[in-house]
Amino acid sequence: MPKDTTVRIMNEKSIALALTRISHEIIERNKGTDNIVIIGIRTRGAILAERLAENLSKIGKVALPVGVIDITLYRDDVQDKLDQPVVQKTDLLFDIVDKVVVLVDDVIYTGRTIRAALDAIIDFGRPRAIQLAVLIDRGHRELPIGPDFIGKVVPTSRNERVEVHLTEQDGVDEVIIDRSGRGGV
Amino acid sequence: MSLRSRHLLGLEGMPADDINLILDTAISFKEVLSRRIPKVPTLRGMTIVNLFYEPSTRTRISFELAEKRLSADTVNFSASGSSVSKGETLKDTMQNIEAMKIDMVVIRHSAAGSPHYLTTCCQSIVINAGDGAHEHPTQGLLDIFTMREKYGKIEGLKVVIVGDIKHSRVARSNIWGLMTLGAKVSVCGPPTLLPVEMEKFGIKVHDNLDQALDGADIVNVLRLQRERQQSGLLPSLREYSRYWGITKDRLGKLNENFTIMHPGPMNRGVEISSEVAEGPYSVILPQVTNGVAVRMAVLYLLSGGRGKVDE
Repeated sequence: MPKDTTVRIMNEKSIALALTRISHEIIERNKGTDNIVIIGIRTRGAILAERLAENLSKIGKVALPVGVIDITLYRDDVQDKLDQPVVQKTDLLFDIVDKVVVLVDDVIYTGRTIRAALDAIIDFGRPRAIQLAVLIDRGHRELPIGPDFIGKVVPTSRNERVEVHLTEQDGVDEVIIDRSGRGGV
Repeated sequence: MSLRSRHLLGLEGMPADDINLILDTAISFKEVLSRRIPKVPTLRGMTIVNLFYEPSTRTRISFELAEKRLSADTVNFSASGSSVSKGETLKDTMQNIEAMKIDMVVIRHSAAGSPHYLTTCCQSIVINAGDGAHEHPTQGLLDIFTMREKYGKIEGLKVVIVGDIKHSRVARSNIWGLMTLGAKVSVCGPPTLLPVEMEKFGIKVHDNLDQALDGADIVNVLRLQRERQQSGLLPSLREYSRYWGITKDRLGKLNENFTIMHPGPMNRGVEISSEVAEGPYSVILPQVTNGVAVRMAVLYLLSGGRGKVDE
């Protein structure tokens, strides 16, 4: 893609700082790490969940359970798509009943992914609460859903594209905005 | 990712990519089935008709469960007790059911090619649940899924299919799928039930069981349809059992870590002994469990693109 249409809004350092701040906010809100479990949404939410869990474990001195959910089967557009999204595995190897679930995703946009994730989690049991942590909030919500912990609020237009790149998946930690007009997350 | 075909009619000619996509997707559905609530809302609002012109326990319940686990609405039809006994044709039956707004049809019929015929006279997505002696693709897929689950791959596996090869749709679907994925397939059974033409496709044909079992990894034992004896293709069930029945003392020829499979329903003491069917190497019940996950994967992958025009 042509260089002039993309802007880098976060780098490795600012992503790490944001995740550290979110970790402290989670502890502050919940008065510690008791009963907290972390669940990331595939693919990049799961990577961020691992990093948050690592931060929280360091601060709270106990390892927290980390799970991964794939929300494909809970999407509201499955039957409309010409190309079926690939269903990946959900790994929730712990009980979530009466736990405080911190749900993690990279970008919140329309809120539809989070809606699907909430339904998926509740099918696994009745948590005491679900809190939402995202690295980027880019606005344009289509559902009454809001994050509890935000790395960075980025006002965007709908035809801009926000891309979160993480080392584990993409070889580099950065967040860029692509203004070439393709839209999407 | 979607399958290249709009319907699932058979495994003959299905590209390896498509087979692997179904098998990979089924892994995720197997996890769904292990949840506290083993149900997802994916096919909400979709209506699926199970059109069964032949008796079936496993396949029918398996399809119905797969549909329900995906939150589809299901309607069951069996030929007995329907207007079929009044002489209604398959086409008329299908078009009438379709007039009630359905999205998919799962059909089992004694006539080979009936699912293919349905695709020419209806708009719905068609899944073959067994047509005559032609194919039973979801059985083939679940057998291959079960093999892959145990061995990690299909390529290079030596699979022997034993029994009434000639009349078996299970054998055909297994053969097509396994050959596409690179397994070494051989068949074994009484000469009257063994189509020799199979050698042309690179399948080894044996009429001696011990030779066939020598060095094999997997034995897929087919059900002997007892009516074959009445039609003069077999001298007696006892003779069949002695020459081609899988009993414990036959298993020594097999590779270490071998597997015994059977698509059901079993005739214990005829094609397979009870001891073998219940041995630690038998995956007969895991096959049934996997069947639901594999059918969910097929339903999911075929469900996309509502209103898509036929290619």
